[in-house]
Amino acid sequence: MNTLFDKIWDAHTIETMAGGSCVLYIDRQYIHEVTSPQAFEGLRARGMQVFRPEQITASPDHNIPTKNQHLPVEDPLSAQQLSTLEENCEEFGINIFKVGTPKNGIIHVMGPETGMTQPGMTIVCGDSHTSTHGALGCVAFGIGTSEVEMVLTSQCVLQSKPKTMRINVNGALHPNVCSKDVILYIISKLGTDGGTGYFIEFAGSTIRSLSMEARMTICNMSIEMGARGGMIAPDETTFTYIKGREFAPQGEAWEKALGEWKLLKSDADAVFDQEITFDAADIFPMITYGTNPGMGISINDSLPKVSEIEESSRPSFLKSLEYMGFQDGEKLIGKAIDYVFVGSCTNGRIEDLRAFADYVKGKQKAEGVIAWIVPGSKPVEKQAIEEGIKDTLEAAGFELRQPGCSACLAMNDDKIPAGKYCVATSNRNFEGRQGPDSRTLLAGPLVAAAAAITGVITDPNNL
Amino acid sequence: MLDKFINLSSTAIPLPIENIDTDQIIPARYLKATTREGFGKQLFYDWRYDTDGNPKADFALNSPIYAGQILVAGKNFGCGSSREHAAWAIYGAGFKVVVSSFFADIFRNNALNNGLLPVQVSESFLAKLFDAIKQDPKTQIQVNLEKQSIAIVASGETESKSETQSETFEINSYKKECLLKGYDDVDYLISKHPEIEKFEIER
Repeated sequence: MNTLFDKIWDAHTIETMAGGSCVLYIDRQYIHEVTSPQAFEGLRARGMQVFRPEQITASPDHNIPTKNQHLPVEDPLSAQQLSTLEENCEEFGINIFKVGTPKNGIIHVMGPETGMTQPGMTIVCGDSHTSTHGALGCVAFGIGTSEVEMVLTSQCVLQSKPKTMRINVNGALHPNVCSKDVILYIISKLGTDGGTGYFIEFAGSTIRSLSMEARMTICNMSIEMGARGGMIAPDETTFTYIKGREFAPQGEAWEKALGEWKLLKSDADAVFDQEITFDAADIFPMITYGTNPGMGISINDSLPKVSEIEESSRPSFLKSLEYMGFQDGEKLIGKAIDYVFVGSCTNGRIEDLRAFADYVKGKQKAEGVIAWIVPGSKPVEKQAIEEGIKDTLEAAGFELRQPGCSACLAMNDDKIPAGKYCVATSNRNFEGRQGPDSRTLLAGPLVAAAAAITGVITDPNNL
Repeated sequence: MLDKFINLSSTAIPLPIENIDTDQIIPARYLKATTREGFGKQLFYDWRYDTDGNPKADFALNSPIYAGQILVAGKNFGCGSSREHAAWAIYGAGFKVVVSSFFADIFRNNALNNGLLPVQVSESFLAKLFDAIKQDPKTQIQVNLEKQSIAIVASGETESKSETQSETFEINSYKKECLLKGYDDVDYLISKHPEIEKFEIER
């Protein structure tokens, strides 16, 4: 009567200490340039080597420019962080996919894409969106830099075991509703702390019907409701996705792995600490209006009124609306926007670019809207070119940039100016997230496409 | 080695805002350093300074009224990004304790791994704390890790204060030991290498 999460966690637990902390063995660690340098510094101070370098892979993503990647990085601090990562990987024997090379990409796009992320694994990275990898049926979660150092020195972390939650979504999705809308809807219902302390398994017929890419979008944003991670039991969709990828098991090893992966599911009588069920029929294209991902509405709805907000939360609610320049109770439909950002570990995969391109095909970008279409990885970029997505985008007035985290957190030059509104397919609408005083409206690729074409917030069903 | 946590009595700086995310604690553009030091000056940068880099007078950290080693914040503190820079920035700015009615998981771990004590209190106690600090910014807050207790003590400078109010808080017993003795998890895990190697062979 175990949950899938319990099975994987328990199989990787070496010791459970007084107080409940577990020594948890990590199958794979991904590292990037921002959260790893201090961990290597710690390693050096201890005079140690990396314990299992072959289980660690690096891909610079946060700081990298999305234009002219063949040229040196202009920002000296970014350049230093990137070269530090390369030097650390060189010194400690860690495989790195350098900027501009064929496998480089946002860590959470690269891992599944290369076949490194596999069902049943424990996976960590110094990045909260590591939850993405759970879509392939593994236990994957973000950690801090001290914990990155723990994995470098011991291939383990010390973590208390979270509680379990199952979120079921059942039924067929409405037209033009995508998995981003599903997860924004769930977060709007549960709040940004609704999952804190839990590891979530997503289940139900709607989830089962989703492609691998769409599942990754769901698991990616588990952290936005505070959950340690999210996961989906592997099935034929998962196995078909992984088969043949470079680092996936091959031949006999594939057959053996497949046999084990097919057992990875929660028992029929498994009991979760919390279980919640949603109906897909209630979900419409979503958009956020505030400064956390829980502040989302169906695109045709009105913002909540102050009177509907719990009294203790009103000051934070009003602060948020003031920042965004919105009034309580008003509608967002028809409001002018300035920027559109399509990309990130949430919606920077081929399917997202495909959906966006299909929607804008034969139409023209609104004058005055600046749109950044940023593939999640080099392979996504390559595929977008091969499929003709780049041509479609260019014919409609858009430009396909080079891969990276880009305007999701604006560590590179892709910053939204102060006061400007950006419809973004990324994961966070926090104050200043896309640049100081920028205003982010989170949405899926179709809502982004409709806004890019009309220049105003538009229901993708009405175009 | 961590700095050992020493019980303290201090005034506190209030931030009665909910869902303070790590992008507010330290904006992403300040994450480009390759060492752990120096993040304190960028703590709450966009709330603390205007676009010209001048301190905003209405922000609590800039106010001459408030000072201390304890930060008191609204619920769901530290949500969002896993950046440990958030804990480094708070600790680097001289705080030893953060009090809230709810902490995000990754932030809590990051704080504990850096000797910064997250004290989770009830909603009602948090309201009392904010109230006491508002009434009298010189209110002393005592934090005792051995006893896992937090207390509001009258400053003695105002007459309106009633008796001391206190509450106990939870903490993982292993992490408590680490904080009190200055142990760190990396040392512990390195000591486990034989067990880890055995696990790798037998799994």
